[in-house]
Amino acid sequence: MFNKTKLSAIAVPVMSVIAGFIVGAIVMLIFGYNPIVNYGSLFSGAFSGAYSIGETLRDMTPLILTALGFAVSSKAGFFNIGGSGQYLLGWFAAILVTLKFHTLPGLVLIIFAILAAALAGGLWSGIAGYLRAYFGTSEVITTIMLNYIAFYFVNFAVKNWLTAKGEDSSANIPSKASLRTPFLENLTQNSTFHWGFFIALLVAVIVWFYFNKTNSGFELRSVGTNEAASRYAGMSVKKTIIVAMFVSGILAGLAGGLDGLGNYQNISVSNSLPQVGYDGMAVALLAANNPLGILLAALLFAALSIGGLSISVFSTTPTEIVSIVTASIIFFVGIKYAFEYLINKFLTKKELIKKLNSAKGDKKA
Amino acid sequence: MTTTVVEMKNITKKFGKFTANDDISLTLKKGEILALLGENGAGKSTLMGMLSGLLEPTAGQIFIDNKKVIMNSPRDAKALGIGMVHQHFMLIPAFSVLENIILGDEPNKKGRIDYKKAAQDIERLADKYHLQIDINAKVADITVGMQQRVEIMKALYRNAHVFIFDEPTAALTPQEIGELMKIFRALTDEGNSIIFITHKLKEIKDVAHRCVVIRAGKIIDTVDVDNTAEETMAEMMVGRKIDNSIEKAEITESKLMLEVENVSVEKAGHTAVKNLSLNVKSGEIVGIAGVDGNGQSELIDALTGLRKVKTGSVKINGVDMTNSPTRKITEAHVGYIPEDRQNVGLILPLSIAENLTLKSYYKKPFSKYGFLNHKIINQNGRDLIKAFDIRSQSEKEKVGSLSGGNQQKVIVAREIASNPDILIAANPTRGVDVGAIEYIHEKINEQRNQKKGVLLISFELDEILKLSDRVLVMHAGEIVGEIDPKNTSAEELGLMMAGKKVTNIQK
Repeated sequence: MFNKTKLSAIAVPVMSVIAGFIVGAIVMLIFGYNPIVNYGSLFSGAFSGAYSIGETLRDMTPLILTALGFAVSSKAGFFNIGGSGQYLLGWFAAILVTLKFHTLPGLVLIIFAILAAALAGGLWSGIAGYLRAYFGTSEVITTIMLNYIAFYFVNFAVKNWLTAKGEDSSANIPSKASLRTPFLENLTQNSTFHWGFFIALLVAVIVWFYFNKTNSGFELRSVGTNEAASRYAGMSVKKTIIVAMFVSGILAGLAGGLDGLGNYQNISVSNSLPQVGYDGMAVALLAANNPLGILLAALLFAALSIGGLSISVFSTTPTEIVSIVTASIIFFVGIKYAFEYLINKFLTKKELIKKLNSAKGDKKA
Repeated sequence: MTTTVVEMKNITKKFGKFTANDDISLTLKKGEILALLGENGAGKSTLMGMLSGLLEPTAGQIFIDNKKVIMNSPRDAKALGIGMVHQHFMLIPAFSVLENIILGDEPNKKGRIDYKKAAQDIERLADKYHLQIDINAKVADITVGMQQRVEIMKALYRNAHVFIFDEPTAALTPQEIGELMKIFRALTDEGNSIIFITHKLKEIKDVAHRCVVIRAGKIIDTVDVDNTAEETMAEMMVGRKIDNSIEKAEITESKLMLEVENVSVEKAGHTAVKNLSLNVKSGEIVGIAGVDGNGQSELIDALTGLRKVKTGSVKINGVDMTNSPTRKITEAHVGYIPEDRQNVGLILPLSIAENLTLKSYYKKPFSKYGFLNHKIINQNGRDLIKAFDIRSQSEKEKVGSLSGGNQQKVIVAREIASNPDILIAANPTRGVDVGAIEYIHEKINEQRNQKKGVLLISFELDEILKLSDRVLVMHAGEIVGEIDPKNTSAEELGLMMAGKKVTNIQK
């Protein structure tokens, strides 16, 4: 028998992506740009040569982690909109630790900084989890509010504690604390590719394992699908909510920490909340919260943003076309029921034809 | 009663290799109530799915009012006057009764919904068929019986003259069932026809004219209800002799397993259980009879740690467990078969094996150091599927894809396999077929014979009287009397349930 659910689990995101690209192409055609040329330069911008690949993978790193963070909370039935703030706090914590404890040996410093980043994100998100569990406060509202508190707090702290007078950026972290290494730089023609990517891959595997192979992951999925039955089974729904939000925040904080140590190497006063927190939600949505799917979806989004830069280099087409493609993909994921309907219709038709054929065969026999 | 309104001729329906309906023919006459009897999975719903336009037959023809029809959607069936009342109601809780009835067929006046006309039409129909409904009430606030009347009204409003009822009494109290039977007669008196899917033989005897018995996708026979005994129909349905008797072993010594003393439970500000006391000893089944909504659910919730006890105490095996968390109570060897299997007893999107370990997944051997051992979880699933005769493709199948009876068996398997000292069972056979009922009753009685204590809550009087050693009658949150099931009839019990304090009802 054909497994319809499994097939549509893969087909829906693939079809959404294709449909997104088609919408992008149509928009380009309407405004007189050549979609084939532009998609060509997008692709080569993201993947041609070691440098481009390095940049794409570097861009993918925080996306994987913020997406995993969002996936963990949504598996438990909650929407952690606070990935952005948790990411920012993680970034801040990592830089703060490396600058304050710069006398520690490299590896110790890195581990310390990464743990601090994860914990900062986790505690921040845990606040929302606690409020949800004990007071029923909507985590959507609290995480959005916590985002702003994180944003203004980090700006304040960077300005007052980490920068020299009149400056907007902290000092760079010592190179022993950096996740970039000469080895990786040589490999990717001096791109910003760093070890954080491999950590993110490892974390994706761990999260997959966590969902499917641990008690806590099972509780998460149970509470997310049926709270009443979970309570009946003796699970603590309150505990599960807090754990889910805490783990979710850990992952977003980790994203910020790795980006700080690998990509930015310092922290600056910023004008707005980091976009990567929100992009992670889109990635998780496209991957339907599947950790391995998140890797593919993050690769796609990273390729779009890195490759998109090349579009305006090689033609007069504005880079914003990439945002149209991205937004369309998300839109098509949102209307996935339309695709599921089409797939079902297609499958039933095929089954019918098969049945007719086998019926004919029966008669002959 | 001579005109034929529906004729299904040589209908076959296949799903892949599986034949759900095999060369089925039946006719429905004007003004007739035709019962469709069969076990879960016998193919009743598939057959009716084709009549209501949800499915297309692989072979065969359907005639409505002597015209051959091909229906591609439920809309086509509705247009032909076929109304389906599903087992699980298709209503929007947040909408009013009126809005639910007209949904999809709203009368228009210059592009606006003409509520006045709709209300008039519905009231006219309600008078004609003696259907009491409050059209302004919100569906969320009305009883299950009333929701069903709304479903019937939906069909009437669309001018249906053939009504298909898919297990309409599964969720109703005895009183509501009586009401529904009256509605059935009112409908047929006006020249409508009814196909009544059920596996309750008593109801068939009560209202149906003829009965079509289906087993494994084939028609076994079509019988005249008046001239056929209930036992005969039951045997035709399951294909073997039904043994309705249960054997109660003699219990010599017994000790107190469950002691409930002066327990009060509150729900939404009012007292649902008032100062209630009861005990269950080892080797006995204590039945709690009562009409739905008299505090039974709140009492069980309190016993299982899902709701707080306001005053009083609960002792399990002699240990005070008042207001302990659910997991602690489970670990004190209390098994609980909840009333609502789909929303409470099971997590439908999870596999059978996962549901079978829903309460023990965190313990050895299913888990070690916080990591699950799927190999053992699945092995346990296979073992229990075999031991409890759960009909499924594999232990990895989603529990949601099983039939109601098999879903219930999953719960029974899990609770009994945990080897409890006390088993609490709330309506354990609601909406399952005769074969499964027999099986579940046997299993519950087996627990009693093994010197466990069983607390049985049921709205089915026959079930209570058949299984219990003692019956407590609950009304308005209190125990209003205790009876001996051997000397009490269902009628007498019914009177007590209605709140009549007949303490000397025992002869």
